[in-house]
Amino acid sequence: MSGHATFEPKNPALKWFESRLPLVGLIHSSFVAYPTPRNLNYWWTFGGILSLMLACQIVSGVVLVMHYTPHVTLAFDSVEHIMRDVSYGWLIRYIHSNGASMFFIAVYIHMFRGLYYGSYKAPREVLWILGCIIYLLMMATAFMGYVLPWGQMSFWGATVITNLFSAFPVVGPTIVEWLWGGFAVDNPTLNRFFSLHYLLPFMIAGVVVLHIWALHVVGQNNPTGVDPKTPKDTVAFTPYATIKDSLGMVVFLIFFAWFLFYIPNYLGHADNYIPANPLVTPAHIVPEWYYLPFYAMLRAIPSKLGGVLTMFSAIIVLFFVPWLDTSKVRSGVYRPLFKQFFWIWVAVCIGLGWLGSKPAEGGYIVAGRILTFWYFAHFLIILPLLGLFEKPKAVPASITEAVLGKKGSAPASVGAQAPQTKG
Amino acid sequence: MNKLMSSLSSLPLRRGLIGAALAGVLVLAGGLAPASAQEHGGTKPHRESWSFAGPFGKYDRAQLQRGFQVFKEVCSSCHSAHLLAFRNLAQPGGPQFSEEQAKVVAEGYQIQDGPNDAGDMFDRPGRLSDHWPSPFPNEQAARASNGGAYPPDFSTLAKARTYEVGFPGFLIDIFTQYQEQGPDYIHALLNGYVDPPEGVTVPEGAHYNAYFPGHAIKMPQPISADQVTYTDGTPQTVDQYSRDVTAFMMWVAEPHLEARKRIGFQVMIFLIIFAGLLYFTKKKVWKAVHDH
Repeated sequence: MSGHATFEPKNPALKWFESRLPLVGLIHSSFVAYPTPRNLNYWWTFGGILSLMLACQIVSGVVLVMHYTPHVTLAFDSVEHIMRDVSYGWLIRYIHSNGASMFFIAVYIHMFRGLYYGSYKAPREVLWILGCIIYLLMMATAFMGYVLPWGQMSFWGATVITNLFSAFPVVGPTIVEWLWGGFAVDNPTLNRFFSLHYLLPFMIAGVVVLHIWALHVVGQNNPTGVDPKTPKDTVAFTPYATIKDSLGMVVFLIFFAWFLFYIPNYLGHADNYIPANPLVTPAHIVPEWYYLPFYAMLRAIPSKLGGVLTMFSAIIVLFFVPWLDTSKVRSGVYRPLFKQFFWIWVAVCIGLGWLGSKPAEGGYIVAGRILTFWYFAHFLIILPLLGLFEKPKAVPASITEAVLGKKGSAPASVGAQAPQTKG
Repeated sequence: MNKLMSSLSSLPLRRGLIGAALAGVLVLAGGLAPASAQEHGGTKPHRESWSFAGPFGKYDRAQLQRGFQVFKEVCSSCHSAHLLAFRNLAQPGGPQFSEEQAKVVAEGYQIQDGPNDAGDMFDRPGRLSDHWPSPFPNEQAARASNGGAYPPDFSTLAKARTYEVGFPGFLIDIFTQYQEQGPDYIHALLNGYVDPPEGVTVPEGAHYNAYFPGHAIKMPQPISADQVTYTDGTPQTVDQYSRDVTAFMMWVAEPHLEARKRIGFQVMIFLIIFAGLLYFTKKKVWKAVHDH
């Protein structure tokens, strides 16, 4: 990660400023001269897409707050006021509600990519754990955001999820009352969720800064999992990664716009257009799609406490993946067995998601148990054993060799391809 | 060794293992599962053709005006629509009555206002800025007049009703942009008052409906042929009434649908051209790297 050009301003005013606060230099070294592996594929553009989605959610959210009223008697109608009477309010609100789903689609792809290419392995453990923390914060933020319109699913979702904490012995009921700010989900709950929903995105932004910092210390992983060895293995962030990320972002925005403009309620629940009513329980209380795999696990376990612990463990286990995977080879590309088990695990996650949307009865529960077992077995049994028994394929000597074959990485040409930085 | 591993990971085996796993997941999830089509007890509504469906969908003005007439003369005697304002009737993208017509509609209603200088509440004729007056002063009064059932508010009703599409239809709906579960359900419900099948008894005060979850609905058949007099020669059938009022309800629930789809198309064109330009720029920028 060495050898990139340092920023040397020519303009006297900028020179004066840089000698007092090297801000432009920091931006230059992070987003212009920063060397990125030359072989990153489009799955690597999701980091940039996620930054875009975070900014999109914060900006649209700040505007929504200008028109929203966090009170049980007014919240639903204030959201409808945004949809009807605020200029382009429908657009801002649909951006925000669909944006949350897009954020999760992007984060799941980002996480699957990290798991496939072994991006969590040394020296990127801290980077990975920071990512897991961001994911946790996202789940909390999205959950509280879904409560704010105060529709039927908002209310009953909040009731079900907060009640989970009552499963903990001794302290459970106290925690639940503390979350509610009373003895049921009511106005104090809505108010604190609103407050936290506004706070958490900025905490996410803070952890994102740490995440990017950690990334810039250890460098990006790449599809081969082989660290860059010569300058030939890398290209400058600008223009190479910048233009590629931009293309990824715009294509993602097309996908986003499809939902936003044409099927804006597809990812939501019809029941949330019914104002919250504590006396009427919806036929099926279903969380947003991005929680469904965990919801399936919760309901697969016969005991309430067991279900809650299983659900939380499903996320906590991710924090330990760097140490559960015992393989010396980083990228799944060179791990024939791992590759297969990876896709099975992806199918298991999707299967759990589907089960989460189904009622908890009969065969659904049996299927949920088996898939829950497999979800954990993947991390706790398969990953540790694979590293011991799997015979990995030969890993290329360098990134350049992987891209161009053996010839391209001949020592004579090292350095011939200096990054074309104009920065 | 490498040879051994590459043969291990050769396609047939890989396909076999993944395929078996996927099949396993599907069998587990689907085969063992109970038939869920019956769980709501309702028949699946037929998918109607709506003028506001699809990427270029627009409301049919004449239909919205007829639907408004049905709502005003029939539905609104029990159902409220508290988020609908009289001014909405004249706004772009809706029934687009003239402002004068909307004023006349508003003035036909007495709205409680006040308190005045003497501290009294008083009634005055409606204005454009007023919202549609509710037929009952509160939920309890509404229930008392309707056999214990609360006629739902129309403001968001067309988006608050749905039916389960199931696999794989729910995935196909993403591509066909199907978002009309609510209108299809409401249309089906309004036409779903049929004689109960043999052996099915409906509780006292309820009515059999083929599409209502549980089939016993408190609302009696709300409209019959020739109940509302159309002035434009449109057939005065239950089916036509239900189409018109459903379209009107969809507009009440989603008044900016036309603007959304219009802007959506513009945004799509922009993004697709932008993506194309970025693609060729990216190709050019990366050209130097690819061969070295």
